[in-house]
Amino acid sequence: MTVIQKKADNPIAHLSAEDIEIIGKELDAIRDRVIADRGERDARYIRKVIKTQRTLEISSRAVLLFSLFPPAWIVGTAGLTVAKILDNMEIGHNVLHGQWDWMRDPKIHSTTWDWDHVSPADQWKQSHNELHHRFTNVVGKDNDLGYGIMRVDEDQPWHPMHLGQPVWNLLNAAFFEYGIAAYDLELGDHLKQKRLKDPKFRARAKAVGRKIRKQVLKDYVVHPLLSGPSFLSTFAATFTANLIRNVWSHSVIMCGHFPNGVETFEKTSIEGETRGEWYLRQMLGSANISGPRLLHIMTGNLSFQIEHHLFPDLPSNRYQEIAPQVRALFDRYGLRYTTGPLPKQVASAWWKVIRLSLPNRRDRRQPVAPGPLVPSGAA
Amino acid sequence: MTTTAPRRPQKASFRDRLLRLAGTVTTPLLPGDYLDMIAPLRAGAPLRGRIVAVRPETRDAATLVIQPGRGWHGHLPGQYVRLGVDVDGVRQWRAYSVTSAPGAADGRISVTVKAIPDGKVSNHLVRRIRPGTIVQLDQAQGDFVLPTATPERVLFLTAGSGITPVMGMLRAGLTERADVVLVHSAPTRNDVIFGAELRALADRGAVRLVERHTATSGLLDVAELDDLVPDHAQRHTWACGPVGLLDAAETHWAARGCPDRLHTERFRPTVVTPGDGGTVTFTGAGVTVAADGATTLLDAGENAGVLMPSGCRMGICYGCVVPLRQGAVRDLRNGDVTTAVPGDGVRIQTCISAAAGTCDIEL
Repeated sequence: MTVIQKKADNPIAHLSAEDIEIIGKELDAIRDRVIADRGERDARYIRKVIKTQRTLEISSRAVLLFSLFPPAWIVGTAGLTVAKILDNMEIGHNVLHGQWDWMRDPKIHSTTWDWDHVSPADQWKQSHNELHHRFTNVVGKDNDLGYGIMRVDEDQPWHPMHLGQPVWNLLNAAFFEYGIAAYDLELGDHLKQKRLKDPKFRARAKAVGRKIRKQVLKDYVVHPLLSGPSFLSTFAATFTANLIRNVWSHSVIMCGHFPNGVETFEKTSIEGETRGEWYLRQMLGSANISGPRLLHIMTGNLSFQIEHHLFPDLPSNRYQEIAPQVRALFDRYGLRYTTGPLPKQVASAWWKVIRLSLPNRRDRRQPVAPGPLVPSGAA
Repeated sequence: MTTTAPRRPQKASFRDRLLRLAGTVTTPLLPGDYLDMIAPLRAGAPLRGRIVAVRPETRDAATLVIQPGRGWHGHLPGQYVRLGVDVDGVRQWRAYSVTSAPGAADGRISVTVKAIPDGKVSNHLVRRIRPGTIVQLDQAQGDFVLPTATPERVLFLTAGSGITPVMGMLRAGLTERADVVLVHSAPTRNDVIFGAELRALADRGAVRLVERHTATSGLLDVAELDDLVPDHAQRHTWACGPVGLLDAAETHWAARGCPDRLHTERFRPTVVTPGDGGTVTFTGAGVTVAADGATTLLDAGENAGVLMPSGCRMGICYGCVVPLRQGAVRDLRNGDVTTAVPGDGVRIQTCISAAAGTCDIEL
């Protein structure tokens, strides 16, 4: 990736300012149609997913009480893994986005929800909903571009630390929920700037500590203890479930913004950004994953990352339904709708992490002056 | 020392300790989240009820028999209960009079609902809700009740679904203790809710029933009471029905110099009519400002010095969501209006909402 403004073959050069505003209006219309139609069917969907998740979690944990027996270990670990993935992806992420606030059910609401994750819901909401979704793929503003530990864009300056980034990425995948908690806490910045005594930071760090304590106590003390003689095997089962959940969500999230074909943007390009331009940035800054329905549910419908970034607060079960309309819009305006099967997208993202661990081979960039999203010559 | 009765506070704290312990197993969920899946009506759960039967009363009214949860405190005849029901996936709260007598052996209560034209909730309850559905409940409330010392002579002046709180009183055995006259208006004989039951009461002399069928005889003029019930000014009167009837009754009783003998129940909730802009009160901060229809509530609050939670300021991050206690707001993106009355539990995004009338924001 190179920020779009510096590309010799700017993929939006053919769009006029009016085109971009029309695209915005068309996307608004798609959103309004879903909202007008949103109702009982959607409510039934999320309640069913929540019920399935809870049933699966409690029964898997019950099976794990006897985890000394290998079949119980396998079934229980598999079930718990799926339950944790559903909790984080299709339920937690989406409820915390406010996708289900319209139901006015205080039990399924962005202001009351908590998830099976070490990052407290309110801190995650701030760094994810407010910063990442607003500044999507703006180099220097959207910290999701490499999470502050990696270089995933040619326009991010290289540092010898980046040589190790394939390893950082692997470690981050294995302990992703802790990575997210540290990221939401802006731990790196506070360490670098020696601002660890800042009272606001301390309060937030305490909240993370409390959440970690509860999660660890549940997964690695209470449930193993309840398993009696199966203590160690239940401990191992929960660790495995957390590990797989972490690697899975890390992979899905890497596929959202890192694969080939995804564009990045200059800081200056979002000054005075219109609604249409914001939409356009979301369209070009995200990538989908193709696959069967089960894959979409297990990714929390983040396999429809493009649709999610355009409409972060629409119910997740609707992304798949509007995807053809969104894609048709891309086609009509000659824009690239980036998508591919999971292995391909994961490989593409990993290749970028590996490639950019080294400095740029040579400066292939044309010396184009940074400018607004729409080059002035376009009309 | 004698044995002591169980000490409540200790029991409660044992229960709390147990719940806290169970919480370490279920975190981040609460033990109650799992219990809700199998026992939504248990003691300690948020108050809910299960619809056990739906009985049609007239062509546009039905009685819902509800098994309330264990936390139900009971009701007094004439009181109403707020019901939270999901219509098109959205939780809506409405108040309905309890029409059953208190103290049923099976603990069940009933409410009777008349479908009003275009009424989102009432039509759902009359025509679509099925037995087995779980609804949210509040404890019974309302002071449209008989005094502890029952008056000797009572007049009920009702119209339409205004009969419902009165039915609760009649079924609770009032007719055995007082001389009761009921003047009830409905469009036709068949539109009289509880018609058969009321006529049976009249036939055995338990009440004097005056039915007014307005489709043929026109609306009741309160002055007609002079002929229909000559001693009405001496009777303790409970009136429930449309605003016009209640206003006329209040004027009439005031003119007779006995307004204290008239008790009214205005059972239709205040209708919020959205406008453009309005007075916004931030209840916690105690700040009131006038906001026009183009200014977001977030800007209005910040400009008035209220500490507002905020985030993206463009409607995507849900960092600014706060409770709208009552009033109406308009979504500046698409013009959609959201209204709320107290108890609705409506939360709004202040960064994309403007006042569409007087609003109370809990902040």
